[in-house]
Order: sequence, then structure tokens, then C-alpha cells
Amino acid sequence: MFDFYASKRISTALTELGQCALLARDAAASLFKWRVAWKDLLYQVYFIGVKSQSVVLITGAFTGMVFGWQTYVQFHKVKMDTATLAVVGVAVCDELGPVLTALMVAGRVGAAMAAEIGTMRVTEQIDALRTLATHPVDYLVVPRIAAGQIALPLLTIESICFGIGASFTVCVYLLGVDPSFLWNNMLRFTHDVDVVIGVSKAFIFGGIIALVGCHKGLTCGLGAEGVGRATTEAVVYACITILITDFFLTMLQSILLRQL
Amino acid sequence: MIEVRNLSKSFGGHPVLDDVSFRIENGESVAIIGRSGGGKSVLLKHLIGLLQPDAGDVLIDGESIVAMDERQLLRVRRKFGMVFQGAALFDSMTVAENVAFGLRRHEHLTEAEIAGRVAGVLDVVGLAGTQDKKPAELSGGMRKRAGLARAVIYEPQIVLYDEPTTGLDPIVSDSIDKLMVQVRDRFKVTTVVVTHDMRTAQRVGQRVLMLHEGRMYANSPADVFFGSTDPVVRQFIDGVADAKEFLI
Repeated sequence: MFDFYASKRISTALTELGQCALLARDAAASLFKWRVAWKDLLYQVYFIGVKSQSVVLITGAFTGMVFGWQTYVQFHKVKMDTATLAVVGVAVCDELGPVLTALMVAGRVGAAMAAEIGTMRVTEQIDALRTLATHPVDYLVVPRIAAGQIALPLLTIESICFGIGASFTVCVYLLGVDPSFLWNNMLRFTHDVDVVIGVSKAFIFGGIIALVGCHKGLTCGLGAEGVGRATTEAVVYACITILITDFFLTMLQSILLRQL
Repeated sequence: MIEVRNLSKSFGGHPVLDDVSFRIENGESVAIIGRSGGGKSVLLKHLIGLLQPDAGDVLIDGESIVAMDERQLLRVRRKFGMVFQGAALFDSMTVAENVAFGLRRHEHLTEAEIAGRVAGVLDVVGLAGTQDKKPAELSGGMRKRAGLARAVIYEPQIVLYDEPTTGLDPIVSDSIDKLMVQVRDRFKVTTVVVTHDMRTAQRVGQRVLMLHEGRMYANSPADVFFGSTDPVVRQFIDGVADAKEFLI
């Protein structure tokens, strides 16, 4: 019984992975043949980028503040107070910035995409698109993936800046660390490659969020229950995929970029 | 010309269409009738390639669409306009944006030309002045009219209607029937109407196809069909339930 249940789960997971891969292939082919709905792409950049501002800024700032405070507490014991921002800078650029921004955007945008496309599916709007000689991938999927890959790196840069800025403020004004040494140490140990790592991760995470959201919407079950389930699964699967992908990207980037 | 050859389709092992064949000539107006859940809408979706059959073939102007992939089908679908049961208007767009959708995607027209065409077709369907309304602000009948305007604005050769009068009161249903006839005569289109409303079938259909238990039970001119004495046909036309169904 357990074997049957497990094999069914594995089979479903592999099928969904294959469907996602095919959707990504169709979207890439459509993008390279310039079949994109440009007006919708702009709207999606606005929807993902501008409307996620508050979520991303609060996440970035408070993560930087907490991480700065905890690092200071440990470093203060070994009289390395002024190295606090250097650790925060590297961590926020490499990991915390791109990953936390992606997780927050997955919750807000991935769910919205799955719900919108899922509702279009159950109300026959996607069939209507097809009867109007419009491919759903060109019209719905490609603008969302492209917008995710444009907006998420920008949001990540913003989150990194606010994280470092907020951490600097906490260290200087609440913990009394010398600002000059703090800032100079951050610049000394945080390199261009750290920013490249963070932004390149954000580019990939942006694509994952949109791809999973669109796939879940396009394949959702019928009725309100189907849309609800698709919405939940879009967020859960996007978050899990981001965390797993992050590990492999970190490994790959360490090998490729750290040697440059 | 639409030709369906030996079409079969089942869902979850339950056969919905079984060896269905028929032919619709250019400019003809055909009503497809049958009981609820009898496969009428499934058949209509096969005509435009929204569903793939388990067996059989569908030919549009002599070209088989069954083996086509989604991108190849887009070319064939430009010949079609389709009006959905729930209208399927894009709810994020205004009526004008919905109606202009096909024009914007496939024809190189200026905004002024598009606005002119939209105003013209909305006038034909009796929705003049509703350009800026959202679908949620429209009644059921108005949504169907807007769906019809969207389907015919780029002057397709074939218009498919999926239950165009379902859920509407008799007066609105009457106006939709008249509109379908008006569109047919004005744009000289091939018309295929799926319905279980006998009045719609009688008014719009020059020929009537009847599906019964997944098979093509009748295929005859409207006057012959409505004068039929066949018990199954008669029962459907007169709307009489079986004794065992009455007990349910």
C-alpha cells in the first residue's frame, strides 16, 4: 500500500516536472521568435516590480537589522565589532537578498498568477484565447516569465541596499560601532562577484516563480476548489524549488565565479 | 466546409461521442441538438481543435486538423469565431478591448480604425455605447452579445455557438436568436449552433443534427426534423421525460 502511494507521488512529481520543462521550452521558443505581448510584459513588470516594493523593502531592511545585531553580539566577544557589516554585506548579497526576496515574491506574485490563469481556465477564457488564434504561452506565460526575470533582480538589488543600510544604521546608532571602519570593512570584503552571484540567482528565481505559477494555473482542476489548490501549490512548489535550486546554484557559482 | 469522419471521444472510459460523421457546407446553418451531457459541446470543441479525438478525423476546407499541433491550429482558427456558453469574456478588459482583441493581435490597423470597427459591430449586436464597461457590469444577455461581437468582428467564415440561449429569459433568448440569424445573413457565415432549446434550433438551423447516446441519431432539414414521428426525436422535441426519469 505504501509502495503504491509512494510510486504514485513520485510519478505525479516527475510528470509535473516534465510538464514544467515543456512549458519552459515553449516559452523560450516563443520569446526568441518575438511573439511576446509587449504591453502585457510592461504591465507584468509593473505588477511584479512596483507592487512588491513594500514587501521586499520591509523584508530586506528587517533581515539586515536582525542579522547585523546578531553578528555584532558574537563579534563583540572577540573585539571584531567593525567586521559586522562585512559579514552582513556578503551574506545579504550572496544569499539573504536573492532568496528572501524570491520567497516573498513567490508568496505574493506566484499565488496571484496561478489564481488569475486558473480562473481564466475554469471560465473558458483560455479556450477563448485559443479560438481567437492566440497561443496561451505567447499571451500569458512569456510576459510573466520575462517580467519575473526583469523585476526580481531589480527587487533583489533594492533589498540588498536596504538590508546593508538598515544593518549599518543599527550598528552605528543602536550599538555604537565606529561608522568609518564599519563601512570600509564592508567595502573591503564585499566584492563585485557577490553582487553578480545575488543578481544572477534572482534572475533564475524570477523565472522559476513565474513558470511554476503559470503551470499551476494552466493545469488547475475545475471549480473554485481547483483554483484554490493550484494557488497553494504554486506558492509551496515555487518556494521549495527556489531553496533546492539555490543550493546547486551556490555550488556552481562557487566553482565558476570565485575562481575569476 | 466542415467534415467530421467517424469521430469518437471518451472521458475516463465513458464514451461521449461514438463514430459520429457529418458534413456542413459553406454558408449553411446547422443546429446540433441533444440532451444535456450528450456530447454536443464536446463535438463543437472538436470542430475548432480545442479537443483531440480518440479516433476519427475533422476536416476544415479539406484540411485535416486532427494531426495539427497547437501552433498549426492557430492558422486554421482564424477562419472561426466562437461564442461560449458563459461568453468567456476576458474579465480584466473592457468590452471594447475584448471585442478588439482579435483585430489587435492579427491585423495591422490604427487605433482609430479599430475603434470604428468596434463601434460598428457593437451597434450590430445592440450594445452601442458600452465600450468602456467591464464584463462584470453586463447582464447575461449583454455578455453573450459582447461575445458574439468579439467572434464576428474579424469576419470569420464559420461561427460556432455553444448554448447561446442557456440561462437567458425567453425575451432575451428571442433577441439572441434574431441576432444569430442577422449575423448569418449579413456576414454570410457558416453557422453551427449547439443548443437544447428547440425554438433556437428551429429559428437558426436550416438543418438539424441530433446526438443521442453518443451517436448521430438524426441529420435532416429543419422542417423534416420537426415534423418527424420518430419516438426519440418526438420525445426530445416535445420535452417529455421517460417514466423512470419521472420517478427520479
